[in-house]
Amino acid sequence: MNKLMVESINEYMDEIIERWTTRMKEEKGERFFHFMPDHLVDKTSREFAELMTSNIRETSSIDSDKINEFTEKIVRFGWAIKFVNKAIDNFSNVVFELLEEKDVITDENLRRFIVLFSSWINPLRESIIDAYSTEWERTVSLQKIALQELSASLIPVFEKISVMPLVGTIDTERAKLIMENLLEGVVSQRAEVVLLDITGVPVVDTMVAHHIIQAADAVRLVGAKCMLVGIRPEIAQTIVALGINLNEFTTKSTLQRGMQAALGMTNREIVEVNGQ
Amino acid sequence: MNLGSSVEIITEWDIVAARQLGRNEAKQVGFGTVDQARITTAISELARNIYLYAGKGKIEIERISEAGLVGIKIIASDEGPGIPDLRKVMEDGFTTSGGLGAGMPGVKRLMDEFKVISEVGEGTTIITTKWLH
Ligand SMILES: Nc1ncnc2c1ncn2[C@@H]1O[C@H](COP(=O)(O)OP(=O)(O)OP(=O)(O)O)[C@@H](O)[C@H]1O
Ligand SMILES: [Mg+2]
Repeated sequence: MNKLMVESINEYMDEIIERWTTRMKEEKGERFFHFMPDHLVDKTSREFAELMTSNIRETSSIDSDKINEFTEKIVRFGWAIKFVNKAIDNFSNVVFELLEEKDVITDENLRRFIVLFSSWINPLRESIIDAYSTEWERTVSLQKIALQELSASLIPVFEKISVMPLVGTIDTERAKLIMENLLEGVVSQRAEVVLLDITGVPVVDTMVAHHIIQAADAVRLVGAKCMLVGIRPEIAQTIVALGINLNEFTTKSTLQRGMQAALGMTNREIVEVNGQ
Repeated sequence: MNLGSSVEIITEWDIVAARQLGRNEAKQVGFGTVDQARITTAISELARNIYLYAGKGKIEIERISEAGLVGIKIIASDEGPGIPDLRKVMEDGFTTSGGLGAGMPGVKRLMDEFKVISEVGEGTTIITTKWLH
């Protein structure tokens, strides 16, 4: 009977995939089946079907390499775990219904088929969900590293002038890194003026402001001046509303203006040279 | 009509999630860039206070409409230690954590309506609203 099931599934594979895809399109909250190009949906559906039927023979066990490969793909596509679970449910339902329609599953053998189905689907579901969460954790930790690499380096632009462009959300950990890099850089680059560029910081709340103020104080202690640049108009307004006092700072709206001011502070200026 | 969603605040990154949600909702309501920044910053302050002082809690964000006005309501609630002196925490510069002490009075200024309910040992709920003018 196991053989019968395998043969029937293979025979009706196209129809199974078609019905499954239709059903997946009806699932709410998942854009994959609507926005991905047809050929990609088709390819992914086939791969999923293949994966789902790979362990159906008793002799063939679950191919973990294949599962890993597939889950890596769907994590990248952004499938939610709920959706993956639904995909498995739908697949098993579609197969069951189809085999009933084709009279492969009958009243007499129904019980045996139910047992067969659960011994087929359950281990598969476990392995897929397991691989999915492992892949997901891996992705998250990679992103964390990527974020840390984004963090704060001090760039010497001119003699005595360095810039630290801050991009992204500043949490406690990054704030610490900013401070370390800043102080280390000021000393090693012999900077006299440091421009902190916050153009890329989405929210300046009291914590971020506090860290910036502390950083500026520390920079002053090692004998340099700190300038805050890249203050967008909406950020300027929220800073004022929060009642944060930046009077001790030189602030400039753009990096360009800050750079001009920094050159002025170090007794230099940019002059245009006539072409020859 | 009330449309709402919420974020549990447990880790520091949940603060970012709450902010993101708030920004999206504010955009949908039709707030401009400056008000979006005000709302996002207010959420950041309230969420961080939950994270710092209560350990965990929740930020709820609702779109509201009343008497022809639309707006956004933020409810920050926790079951933390509570605030013993409500008047003090609303003073600029009052802090028990070595911060700037600018969060609470700042949120009040950033938003249109602001209310704190707090009981020592029970927790704190802050309800604050911004109307689209
Ligand atoms: N949810 C809360 N539960 C208990 N205490 C709180 C809560 N929120 C605020 N507080 C108390 O109120 C004080 C003032 O809060 P406020 O946000 O104004 O300043 P802060 O958090 O100390 O510094 P920052 O300027 O970084 O926000 C806090 O130091 C804390 O003692
Ligand atoms: Mg605070």
